[in-house]
Amino acid sequence: MPLRIVMAKVGLDGHDRGVKVVARALRDAGFEVIYTGLRQTPEMVVDAAIQEDAQVIGLSLHSGAHMTLIPAVVDELKRKGAEDIMVFGGGIIPEEDIVELKRLGVAEIFPPGSGLQQIVDFLRERFPEEAAAPA
Amino acid sequence: MKVRYKAGSKAEWQEAFATSAKRDDGIETSTISGIPVKPLYTSEDLDDGEEELPGEFPYTRGVHPTGYRGRLWTMRQFSGFSTAVETNRRYHYLLKNGQTGLSVAFDMPTLMGQDSDAPTSRGEVGHCGVAVDSLADMETLFEGIPVGEITTSMTINSPAAILLAMYLAVAEKQGVAFNQVGGTLQNDILKEYIAQKEYIFPPEPSMRLVVDSIQYCAAEVPKWNTVSISGYHIREAGSTAAQELAFTLADGFAYVDACLERGMKIDDFAPRLSFFFDAHIDFFEEIAKFRAARRIWARHLRERYGAQDPRSWKLRFHTQTAGVSLTAQQPELNIARTALEALSAVLGGTNSLHTNAMDEVLALPTDKTARIALRTQQLIAYETGAASTIDPLGGSYFVEALTQEMEDQAEAYFKKIDAIGGVIPAIERGFFQKEIADAAYRYQSELESKRRIMVGVNEFEVEDEDELEILRIDRSKEQGQVERVREVRARRDSARWSKTMTQLGKAANSTDNLMPYILDAVRAYATEGEIMGKLVEAWGLYTEEAVI
Repeated sequence: MPLRIVMAKVGLDGHDRGVKVVARALRDAGFEVIYTGLRQTPEMVVDAAIQEDAQVIGLSLHSGAHMTLIPAVVDELKRKGAEDIMVFGGGIIPEEDIVELKRLGVAEIFPPGSGLQQIVDFLRERFPEEAAAPA
Repeated sequence: MKVRYKAGSKAEWQEAFATSAKRDDGIETSTISGIPVKPLYTSEDLDDGEEELPGEFPYTRGVHPTGYRGRLWTMRQFSGFSTAVETNRRYHYLLKNGQTGLSVAFDMPTLMGQDSDAPTSRGEVGHCGVAVDSLADMETLFEGIPVGEITTSMTINSPAAILLAMYLAVAEKQGVAFNQVGGTLQNDILKEYIAQKEYIFPPEPSMRLVVDSIQYCAAEVPKWNTVSISGYHIREAGSTAAQELAFTLADGFAYVDACLERGMKIDDFAPRLSFFFDAHIDFFEEIAKFRAARRIWARHLRERYGAQDPRSWKLRFHTQTAGVSLTAQQPELNIARTALEALSAVLGGTNSLHTNAMDEVLALPTDKTARIALRTQQLIAYETGAASTIDPLGGSYFVEALTQEMEDQAEAYFKKIDAIGGVIPAIERGFFQKEIADAAYRYQSELESKRRIMVGVNEFEVEDEDELEILRIDRSKEQGQVERVREVRARRDSARWSKTMTQLGKAANSTDNLMPYILDAVRAYATEGEIMGKLVEAWGLYTEEAVI
């Protein structure tokens, strides 16, 4: 089974260039990518991930609401007993906040300037078995 | 064009170029948009034709005969954060530092037409702009700022009519007549479906609201620029320069068509349509884009739409330097990037300009970085001499050829869009969205393979950078804003409020112009979320099919 990833935009922010480029790169790398589209609540994202049997949630935020919305997804996963689903994110997120988000249980944050290959490598490293599956 | 070089010399140069050693670093020589660029341009690259002058149709060389000799561009820094009190303080600071116009950045809940106390506003209040829930906030935002003496630009789209009404109500309170109020409303809903995605209603009622505001202003607020037709967001979402140009002008034509359908006369509204473009890092391509934009608009307005008033032919535009070109790595380099981009806008004849601050890739700018950004414009205006000569690159073989290429590519896109049935059908079929997503992915892939270099990102990196001091938005302010909007609801005359809301609801289902109803509701301190709620009741919500 290839790695299944739910990519989502949480909150009101409509800037979807980053999430779409990353989603396409992950798909090209052989992962199964489900893109939820815009304006998802943390509940909707977590439900989608559970329903889709995803191992990973990828969140993109450019509106500055990351310190509220990303932890809300982590909390919702805990509440639904699905904390085995890994959360990573990206967007306009300063270093100080990255440290705090990681402390709260987010696996990784990719700030502006991150390479697509960097994200692919990170996921392959975390999920060596799934990631090795043929596309 | 008449070829002027010595007989045989072109062939000699060609031979010399072909046989000389050249850089072999695998780096793209095409423009950032993928337009092939030759190593040399000569008079052979130009069309025969009459030489054009500034202030003369089709305005390739500028809409004013005086260029910046007459008047410099407006230095208009986009700004807004946290609450109206704090943003008002920033506005006073910017005006004191020589800024010549205001430009309001609203937060996400305001942009999406909801109040600060809506459940989905949680964590978003005051973050990427200022929170404005009701007239009370707008009064605070412009406290001590005479709205009859400055012009204000407001970046707001789905709820644009409401924020315009609030601004007009502030003018009323300051004793300024509507016909003395000047400014710009972004109010460009089409590019929201195409790129920025801050849509709320389906396209048809959205367009009605835009036309309502254009029609209202044509009669009541004649100095107001009703729509700022925006390529900026299209470009930032990943389009090429040619796509930015083509899609933006196509949107412009769609607004013209919608107003004509309403029965308005072209010269009654077209002079108040303005444009907003991105200034990206590929210097000459951007200059060519700005020059081509003026020419295309002028030709279409005169020849296709039969506009008689020269003001209808003149494309006036605001420019913002490219947010996406900024890097979190070695962010000080962003000052240099922004300066180059701003220079391209000036050489392209922009009418107003926003320069990004170096830290905007991480957060909203601090006072200091906002000041450096403004100073960058002042430096271009007063130190470089760039403002002394009108259209200084006019006649450059390269820039003229590239201007023509931009125009040709835009015309080809207009044909494609027409074949689909127009802008709205093309939106509904995901045409623009797919074109943009493909271009964004192509660009990112070029960075990954180092066929394009971003200094500090995929080349010339440094280890261990100092962290920048960035602006932190006080998250406790959100609660204050939530309480404020609740207080406004509790304090207002509820009978008056209720009456205006009922009338607005009825009007939404009629064909009446909605502006007077929205103004009445705003004057009665109806909140933005309440007014949008009434309209959603009548018109419903739009959702797009997400395509990767």
